[in-house]
Amino acid sequence: MSDLKGSLMIISNGDVLSYLAKGLMYTVLISLVAILLSLVFGAILALARNYCNRGPKRILGVLSAVYIEVFRNTPLMLWMFICFLFCPAPVFSKKLAVAIGLTSTVDVKMLFKAMVALTLFTSSVMAEIIRGGLNSVAHGQFEASQSQGFSAFFMMRKIILPQAFHNIVPTLLSQMITTIKDSSYMASLATIELMARVKLIISKANKYNGTWLGPMNRGTIHVSDVFVLFGLAFLTYFIINFSLSLVVRRLKKKRKPA
Amino acid sequence: MSTVLSARAWETVWTYRATFVQGLLNTLETAGIALVIALIIGFTLGLFSTSGHKALKAVARVYVEFFQNTPLILQVCFLYYVLAYSGMGLPVIVVGFISLGLYHGAYISEVVRSGIEAVPAGQFDAAHSQGFEYFGMMRYIILPQTVRIILPPMGNQVVSLIKNTSCLYIVGGADLIASTYNFVTGDNTAGAYGPAYLVSGLIFFVICYPLSMLAVRWEARLKKRTAARPATQTTGEEATRDE
Repeated sequence: MSDLKGSLMIISNGDVLSYLAKGLMYTVLISLVAILLSLVFGAILALARNYCNRGPKRILGVLSAVYIEVFRNTPLMLWMFICFLFCPAPVFSKKLAVAIGLTSTVDVKMLFKAMVALTLFTSSVMAEIIRGGLNSVAHGQFEASQSQGFSAFFMMRKIILPQAFHNIVPTLLSQMITTIKDSSYMASLATIELMARVKLIISKANKYNGTWLGPMNRGTIHVSDVFVLFGLAFLTYFIINFSLSLVVRRLKKKRKPA
Repeated sequence: MSTVLSARAWETVWTYRATFVQGLLNTLETAGIALVIALIIGFTLGLFSTSGHKALKAVARVYVEFFQNTPLILQVCFLYYVLAYSGMGLPVIVVGFISLGLYHGAYISEVVRSGIEAVPAGQFDAAHSQGFEYFGMMRYIILPQTVRIILPPMGNQVVSLIKNTSCLYIVGGADLIASTYNFVTGDNTAGAYGPAYLVSGLIFFVICYPLSMLAVRWEARLKKRTAARPATQTTGEEATRDE
């Protein structure tokens, strides 16, 4: 059982823990930014796909439908690769890098590109969720606001969208879970967020589990290291996502018509 | 982006087309076998959670919550490293079958559960009154009625399963995405980024889009049918979302 003792040493190492905690911070940051931006972008796509179906505006409707279908039917990983290669990123200052706890401006660039990829991808899902919300608003609401002489913009902004958003709050929260999970895709390209950091630590677990005796005897990585370290990662993701899913369940229950 | 217009880059892609075909075959094989595993797990746990048996329900609940609330990439890596460091190295593609099967099994079990719950209670009572045992009732009376309800979300699950094979890249898989990436970074083929990503994306789209459309059409038909009937049913819609 000395293997296990060594493994526990890994996750009681302050450096490792703070390294992982920082990773978690970036995971949450990427997900929150992606969710908020894709909420806006998704709403625009949804409105265009739903209501731009006549006259010259039709082109907008078609474009957003194409966007949504293309992103929904291709893997996020592909968009990560594409964004890391092609997405232009502003030049970030060293100051900003230090301010958010990253050592190099390259890392900030990576973070930015991952956010773009995740936002582009999540927007397509968001658009379909919001469309579902728009379709759930009763027809009478449209007719009533038109009969009051509201402009299309005012009607959407003040009458329709608030109701649509109210109806989809639980689904939006579940999407939040998915996006937090999806942020781990970034791990295949850069070592910034939690998943990538877990992967990095396990690859040099021999340095932390007490078996490292020097360059001549570099120690070994035990399977118990994988269990302990990944166990911690599973637990972290689980606590966040399960709490969200409990909120979702409560909201759904409350809203179910008696 | 300029490589999209470069004739030479396109030529490279064409010369090495076998890479993409092999990647596609690996992706389809992974998705196919994982789907079989996921269906077995999904139906078993779906039946568990509608069985009314407390322990079985708890098993299904714990399984579903664990797999739905942690990232697939983490699950893939975990399985891969556990096998690697315990000396039981399995081919990456087998790691793919297992981890994707386990993950989607959780989602499919929720689909099956909501499908069974959508069958009116009277059907269960009627089957019992006719002397059906549990398995006979499920086999002949209940499950056939859930098919219509679970087909649309099932279609969506297959689409995400195909897309999720891309997770195997992180442990050095040979799926379509990994093959594409190895192609654009390979010694002889480096640089043909634009065409390679375009081709790879197009292949995914050509496979997934018809499936998605089929799911949409099934769902529309289902809604029409349930709308025509008195509102005693709910559709299996709730479990459809998510990857």
